[in-house]
Amino acid sequence: MEKKKNILSMQLDVSDFLPANEEEKQSLVVMRESVNFWRDGLRRFRKNKIAMTSLFVIILIMIFAFIMPNFYPYSYEQQVRGSENLAPMEYSDEELARIAAGENVFPHILGTDSLGRDTMVRLMMGSRISLLVGIIASALVLLIGSLYGTIAGYFGGKVDLVMMRIVDIIYTVPDILIIILLMVTLKYPLQNLANNVEGFGWINTIGVGLICIFIVFSLLYWVSMARIVRSQILTIKEQEFVTAAKALGASHARIIKKHLLTNVMGTLIVTSTLQIPSAIFTESFLSFMGIGVAAPMPSLGSMATMAIDGVYSYPYRLLAPAIMISLIILSFNLLGDGLRDAFDPKLKN
Amino acid sequence: MARYLAKRAVISLLTLWLVSTITFFLMFMVPGGPFLAEKTPSAATLEALNKKYGLDQPVPVQYKNYMLNLLKGEMGESIKQRGRTVQDIISSGFKVSAKLGGIAILVAVSIGIPLGCIAALNRGKWLDNLIILIATTGIAIPSFVVSTVLMIIFSVKLDLLPTYGLSSWKHYILPVISLSFYPTAYISRLMRSSMLEVLGQDYMRTARAKGLSQSKSLFKHALRNAVLPVVTYLGPLLAYTLTGSFIVERIFTIPGLGNEFISSIINRDYTMIMGTTIFLAFLIITMNLLVDIAYTIIDPRIKLK
Repeated sequence: MEKKKNILSMQLDVSDFLPANEEEKQSLVVMRESVNFWRDGLRRFRKNKIAMTSLFVIILIMIFAFIMPNFYPYSYEQQVRGSENLAPMEYSDEELARIAAGENVFPHILGTDSLGRDTMVRLMMGSRISLLVGIIASALVLLIGSLYGTIAGYFGGKVDLVMMRIVDIIYTVPDILIIILLMVTLKYPLQNLANNVEGFGWINTIGVGLICIFIVFSLLYWVSMARIVRSQILTIKEQEFVTAAKALGASHARIIKKHLLTNVMGTLIVTSTLQIPSAIFTESFLSFMGIGVAAPMPSLGSMATMAIDGVYSYPYRLLAPAIMISLIILSFNLLGDGLRDAFDPKLKN
Repeated sequence: MARYLAKRAVISLLTLWLVSTITFFLMFMVPGGPFLAEKTPSAATLEALNKKYGLDQPVPVQYKNYMLNLLKGEMGESIKQRGRTVQDIISSGFKVSAKLGGIAILVAVSIGIPLGCIAALNRGKWLDNLIILIATTGIAIPSFVVSTVLMIIFSVKLDLLPTYGLSSWKHYILPVISLSFYPTAYISRLMRSSMLEVLGQDYMRTARAKGLSQSKSLFKHALRNAVLPVVTYLGPLLAYTLTGSFIVERIFTIPGLGNEFISSIINRDYTMIMGTTIFLAFLIITMNLLVDIAYTIIDPRIKLK
């Protein structure tokens, strides 16, 4: 029988003060398991059907560009005599004769060009070059731009002022002018280096033109990356965890590496993914002006340009590289959008 | 404001000077010269030609002479196009390119902004998806492909529109479409994302809650805030489009500034390179300044100082 309660007592129940058992503890956990930045982003990225499809398409294109040419019966520079200007799936008389003789002749799936080169394998090589230009150029841009932007944003003041004015100047000089000037200026020294100095022979295997493009792109296009990174760093460096790190005596290098760069990682990934299509675009524009990749190496841009000259007679020759360029740019754009949706904390909802 | 403008003017002049100096010395580092492309002239002629254009002097002296002339407002004569001054070529080319580019940007803005708004207001519905699809494809197709395909369809196959020149309004249709294709797609994407951000803001809910009509809250509150990124993009876009696109001018055979600029570089027409570069840099700087001033008009919270 419960004792009659005293009105003035606090009427405590002793059992309320016993330690909770495991079961009770579990029932109080309402939060899901904590996930870090990458796992969280990846989970959201996987749910995005469009982004996953574009990733799949990019992988397919990479297989098409990097693996298939190695097994293809024709090579991109091989000129098949007597098979000039063939329509898709058409055989030349000579090849028909060989087929009649029981030989196995691989069809020219997309026809041949005016020099008798198989368009299909040139399309593969062209995609390879365009992808290489896009990926390497944006990797270099990422490296230079993020470092430059971080340093300018982190140190601020006079350093920032001078560094950003340099960016403004590079931004103002017409980029096509610098590209053309640098391409022409770099060509001869690089060629000399490749031919005369030992240890630089590899330049010839990649091609002087291609290396020029890498250098030019990385010299020019890091400016917008630097601007984006700087503006992000400006807001992040004012936050408490940076002050805390400083108070604990962390060096500038450590703060930049561990605290600032990791926090702008999302932006960096997205911006460099979106940089890839724009580099491919610029390369095709350069090829259009005749200063892109050197012949016989094809790029998608130079193939399209060559096709434009004979477009009234052979419209399908323009179609293949044009579709390929558009497909590559489209899928990288969609991938970049998907990555941004997944990794940009401001877009979470 | 006046102090700000004065400061900006000084910085702009400084930038302009730096750009022209860099260009000048870069230009002379490039191998080859303006007279090498033609059938190689004899040594005597070459010497005479070099003397005539002052190319026989050392580069720093040439630089000094050029800058002094520039201060007097003279850009010299074109080396390649004999007898025409650089100002003359630039102004005749710019008239053509600016008219074409101006129309193209008008088209891009007046299609791109409404498309982006419509997409944002119908977020997730089929109309939104359709607009995204069009816009994303629009950014992915290079302009020389657009121009060529348009030309094949409308000029060659259907024989509806002319393929070259700019002599009637019909001549403008294809170049304008090719020029405005990319910016239209880009602006509608930009507009959509910034509109989405604005629509989620608290002041939009307040506007609706205090009884403002849908259209009024949209035009008075949302549009004004959402259009800022588009204005930022418009600055450099205007500068580059008004000075002409090399590709479109080449394909449609239009005597514009874009063509002059690229061919001057390829021909090493030194005075033309300097003239067009300074002109383009000047335009970009001015446009960026205009954009910054436009900010303060669109968004009074932004103060220039």
